[in-house]
Amino acid sequence: MIYFPMAACYSSFTINRLPTKDMKELIKVLIVDDEPSILMSLEFLMKKEGYQVFIARDGSEAMDIIEKEVPSIILLDIMMPNVDGYEVCHSVKNSLRFEHIKVIFLSAKNKEIDMEKGYAVGADLYVTKPFSTRALVAKVNALAINIVTENTKMK
Amino acid sequence: MNSGILIFSSVLYLAFLFVVAYWAEKQAEKGKSLVTNPYIYALSLAVYCTAWTFYGSVGRAVTNGIEFLSVFIGPTLMMPIWWIVLRKIIRICKVQRITSIADFISSRYGKDATLGVLVTLVCIAGILPYIAIQLKAISSSFLIVARSSDNYKENDIFWRDLPFYIAVALSVFTIIFGTRKIDSTERHEGMVTAIAAESIIKLMAFLTTGIFVTYFVFNGFGDIFQKVSQVPDLSKAFVFNNDGDFSSWFWHIFLSMAAIMFLPRQFQVAVVENVNERHLNKAMWLFPLYMLLINIFVIPTALGGEILFANQNVNPDSYVLAIPLKFNQKILTLFTYIGGFSAATSMIIVETIALSVMVSNNLVMPVVLKSKKLQERFKGNLSNLVNNIRRTSIVMIILLAYLYYKTIAEHYSLVSIGMVSFTAVAQFTPAIIGGIFWKGGNRKGALIGLIVGSLIWFYTLVLPSLVGTGFFPKSIMDNGLFGLEFLKPFSLFGLEGMDNISHGLFWSLFFNVGCYSYFSITSKASSIEHNQAVIFVDIFEYSGQIVNSSIWRGTAYIPDIQLLLNNFFGMKRSEKVIRLFAQKNKINLKDEKADPQLVTYAEKLLAGVVGTASARIMISSISKEEKISTEEVISILKSSQELLSANKSLRKKSVELEKATSELKDANEILKRTDKLKDDFLTTVAHEIRTPLTSIRALSEIVFDNPDMEIEERAHFLGTVVKESDRLSRLINQVLDLEKYESGKQKLNKEEVDIQDIIKDSVDTLYQQAKEKGIKIIFIPDRFAPKFEADKDKIIQVVVNLLSNAIKFCQAQKGEITIATHYVEGWIYTSIQDNGTGIDKKFHRLIFDKFFQAEDQTIKKPRGSGLGLAISKKIIELHNGQIWLESQVGKGSKFTFMISAV
Repeated sequence: MIYFPMAACYSSFTINRLPTKDMKELIKVLIVDDEPSILMSLEFLMKKEGYQVFIARDGSEAMDIIEKEVPSIILLDIMMPNVDGYEVCHSVKNSLRFEHIKVIFLSAKNKEIDMEKGYAVGADLYVTKPFSTRALVAKVNALAINIVTENTKMK
Repeated sequence: MNSGILIFSSVLYLAFLFVVAYWAEKQAEKGKSLVTNPYIYALSLAVYCTAWTFYGSVGRAVTNGIEFLSVFIGPTLMMPIWWIVLRKIIRICKVQRITSIADFISSRYGKDATLGVLVTLVCIAGILPYIAIQLKAISSSFLIVARSSDNYKENDIFWRDLPFYIAVALSVFTIIFGTRKIDSTERHEGMVTAIAAESIIKLMAFLTTGIFVTYFVFNGFGDIFQKVSQVPDLSKAFVFNNDGDFSSWFWHIFLSMAAIMFLPRQFQVAVVENVNERHLNKAMWLFPLYMLLINIFVIPTALGGEILFANQNVNPDSYVLAIPLKFNQKILTLFTYIGGFSAATSMIIVETIALSVMVSNNLVMPVVLKSKKLQERFKGNLSNLVNNIRRTSIVMIILLAYLYYKTIAEHYSLVSIGMVSFTAVAQFTPAIIGGIFWKGGNRKGALIGLIVGSLIWFYTLVLPSLVGTGFFPKSIMDNGLFGLEFLKPFSLFGLEGMDNISHGLFWSLFFNVGCYSYFSITSKASSIEHNQAVIFVDIFEYSGQIVNSSIWRGTAYIPDIQLLLNNFFGMKRSEKVIRLFAQKNKINLKDEKADPQLVTYAEKLLAGVVGTASARIMISSISKEEKISTEEVISILKSSQELLSANKSLRKKSVELEKATSELKDANEILKRTDKLKDDFLTTVAHEIRTPLTSIRALSEIVFDNPDMEIEERAHFLGTVVKESDRLSRLINQVLDLEKYESGKQKLNKEEVDIQDIIKDSVDTLYQQAKEKGIKIIFIPDRFAPKFEADKDKIIQVVVNLLSNAIKFCQAQKGEITIATHYVEGWIYTSIQDNGTGIDKKFHRLIFDKFFQAEDQTIKKPRGSGLGLAISKKIIELHNGQIWLESQVGKGSKFTFMISAV
C-alpha cells in the first residue's frame, strides 16, 4: 500500500476551496540554500504565506530534514557544498516515500543545459536567480493548490 | 762508411715507410683517417722536392747562381691561382672519377682513347729521365758515402750495378706499396701518409746539414758571404748578370708553374689523393713555406762547398754529402744520405704509381677492350689483368729509367734533366687550362697541339742529349735537320740568345697553343666532346648534379652491366653497389632495361678502375647509345639543378608549413583552452554576480511589498542589501583586478618595505572581524628579516586575503590563527596558519586558480569571490616569489608565500 503522508492534512478540505492560511500552515516547505541572505529572504516570504518552513544550509542537512519532516515542497539551490541540489532532487524523486514531493530548483545556473539536467532529475519547476519574489510565491502557491487538489481527488 | 750499414739503413728506412703506410691504412679502416688532416695533404705535396732538389739545388746554385730558385718561385706564385685552377680540376676529377692526367685530358675531349694514349706516352717519355736521375742520385750518394769506407772495392760487380739493384728493390717496394687496391679512385692513404713522412725527413735532413755547414763549419751566413766575397769568381754567380737571365727566369718560373700541377706525381697527390677541397687553403701557404725552408741553406751550402773544395774535383751536386763527410760526421752523413734517399724514393714511388695507372687505363686497357679476341681471353678476369698491367708497368718504367740512366743520364747534371721533364708536362697546359675555361677547345685541337708540342720538345731538348750519346749524327746539332739551318735544335727558326730549356719551351708551347687554338676554332666538336666541355667548364654550376643526372641516352641491359662490373668488383660487391644505387635513386631493378642513371653510374665506377676512356669503351660495348645534343645535356643538367633547388625549396616550404601547422595547432589548442577558461570564467563570474544580486532583489522586493514589517527586521534586511551590494562591487573590482594581472597591465609600485609592518597593517584591518568571531591571532616575527623591495599595498592585499580566509574557515570562539615570518637564505617566508576545516589535498593547487570550481561547477567553493587566492598568487608571482598551501582536512590550513629579500 502506498503511504500518503499528507492524507491527514487534506482530510478536512472541501473540493472547491483555495488553500487558506490554515491549510498552508499544514504544508511543509523546505528551503535549501548556502547563501544566508537568500535563505533569509525565502524564509520570510514562505512564512509570510503561511507555510510551515524548514531551512537547510546544504544538501546533507536537507536530506536529514526531508527524512524527518517529509516536506511537500522543496525550494532547492543547486550549487552547495558536499551534496548538491541535483543529488538531493534525484534521491527524493527516486524514493517511493518522497517521490510526491514537489521540487523547485532555485539556481543562478541559467543555461539551458542546467535546466534540462534539473528537469531530468525530476524537478517540478526550475527558477533562475535572481527571481521575482511575487512570481516565486505565486508558483509555490499554485503548486500548493495542486497538491491539495490531487490529495482531494485521491480521496 | 761501411756499405753494409748503408744498405741496412736504406732497407730499414723502406721498412719504416711501409710501417707508416700500413699503420695509416689500418687507422683509415678504423675510421680515423689521417689524410683528412690538411697538414698531411700539404706535406704530401712536397713530393715535388726530389733528389733533384736535395742534391741538385746546390749543384745548380754553384753553376747558375740563384737561378735554381725559379723552380720554387714558380709553384709559390702558382698558389693563389690554385684556388681557381686546381680546385676546379679536383672537383672535375671527383665528379668524373678521373684518376690521372691522361684520363683528365682524354675525358675532357670526348673520352677519347687516342688522347689518353698520347698523354701517357708523353708522360712516360718525359718522366723516364726524371726517374733515371733519382736512381742516379741514390746510387751516387750511396757511392760517395761508401767510398769513404775502407772495404770499398771500385770494381766489385755489386758496385758497378748498384743502380740496377736499387731499381729492382724499388720496383718491388712500389708494387707492394701501390697496387694492392684496384680502384685507383680509392685513395692510397698509406702511400700519402708515407710520402708526408718522407717530406718531413728530407726537410729535417737538409736543414740539419745546412745548419751544420752554416753554423758549425762556418760562423753563420755572414761568415760564408764574407769569405766568398774574397773569391771574385764566386761572388759573380749571385747577381743577375746578363740580359738573358731575365727571360730564362721567366720561362723557368712558368715551367715550374706548369710542373707543380701537371707532373703525374703532383697530379696524383694534389688531385687524385685529395679528400677535401678545403685542404687547399692550408696547402696554399704551407707548401711555399716548406719550399722556403728547404732552400734556406742551399746558397750557404753551395758557397761553403766551393770554398771547402776549391780546386778539387768534387761534383757540386754532392756537396750536401761531401761536406759532412769531410768533417767525418758519420751520423750526420748517414742522416743526409737518408734524406736524399727519401727524396728520391718518394718521387719514384708516386711517379711510377701514377704512370702505371696511366699505362693500364689509357694505354693497355683500351686496346684490350677494343679487341674481341683479347676480351674473350681475359673475360671475367679483367681486374687481375688491370693489376698485372700496373705491376708490370711499374717494373718496366723503373727498368727503362735504369736503362736511360745507363745510356744517357750519367752524362748530365740533375737539374737539366729535371727541366726537360718539366717541359714535357708543360705541353699539357693548353689542353688542360683551355679545357677547363674554354668550351670551344676540342679534341682535334688538343691532339694536334699536343703532338706538335711534344715533337718540338723532343727535337729541341731530348734529341740533343741523344746526339751526345751517339744515337743521332752530330751534324743535326751543327747544321740542322737535313742540313737546314733554321732547324738547328738549339736555335730553331734562328731564335738565339735563350738557354736551351727556355728555347725549347718557347717553341713547343708556341706551336702547341697555336695548333690547339687554330684547330679548335676551325673544326667541329662531336656531341660527346661538347657535353664533356660543358661539364668541365661549368663544373661548379653542376657539380652537385652530374653525379646524379645522367647525360647518357640509349639502351643497355642490367644483366650486362652487372657482368661488366663483376669483372672488376666481384659478383657480391657489384650486386651490392647496384642495389644501393638503385635504392637511393629509386630505380626499379626488375626492368631488364637499365636506367640511364644506372648506366652512367656504372661507367663512372669503371672509370675509377680503368679510366674514363676504357670505361666508355666497355659501356658502349654493351649498349646501343643514342646521340645526345649539348642543348639536351645543358637542359638535363639545368633541369636536375632546378629540380634539386625546387625540391630543396619545396622541402623547406613543407617543413615551414608543418611547423606553422603545428604552431597553429598549438595556438588553437591554447586558444580553445583559454576560450574554455574564459567561458568558464564568465559563467562563474555571472553566477557569482547573480548570487548577491538575487539576495539584493529578493530582500528589496520584500521590503517594498511589506511596508508594515517590523522595523528591526527591515533594518536587518536593508543592512543585508548593503552588504550584498558591497560584495558585488568587491567582486567586480576583483574581476577587473585579475584581468589587469593576467594581461600584464598591472604594474608594481615598489618601495622598501618591512614584512613586520605589512603584517601589522593587515592584522589591523581585520582585527575587528576576528574579535567579533572570537578568533585569536598570534604573530611570531623574525626580527632578523631585512627590508626588501616590494609593492606594500599589494603584499598587504595578499596577507589580508589569506587572513580573512583563515578567519572565515575558523570556528567561532575556537579559532586560532598563527602568522609567522622567517628569513632564510635571502628569502622572506610568511605563513598564515589556521585551525579551521582544512582543505583536501587534491585542491591544494587548484585553489589558486580563479574560480577553480569552474572545472566542476557543483563543487562549491568556500564563500568568497573565488578570486582572492588567484589574485594573491598573481601578486606574489609578480614579485618573483611563490605561494603554496599545506593542509589536511580537519587539521587546518597553512598558506605560505616567499619573496626574495635581495
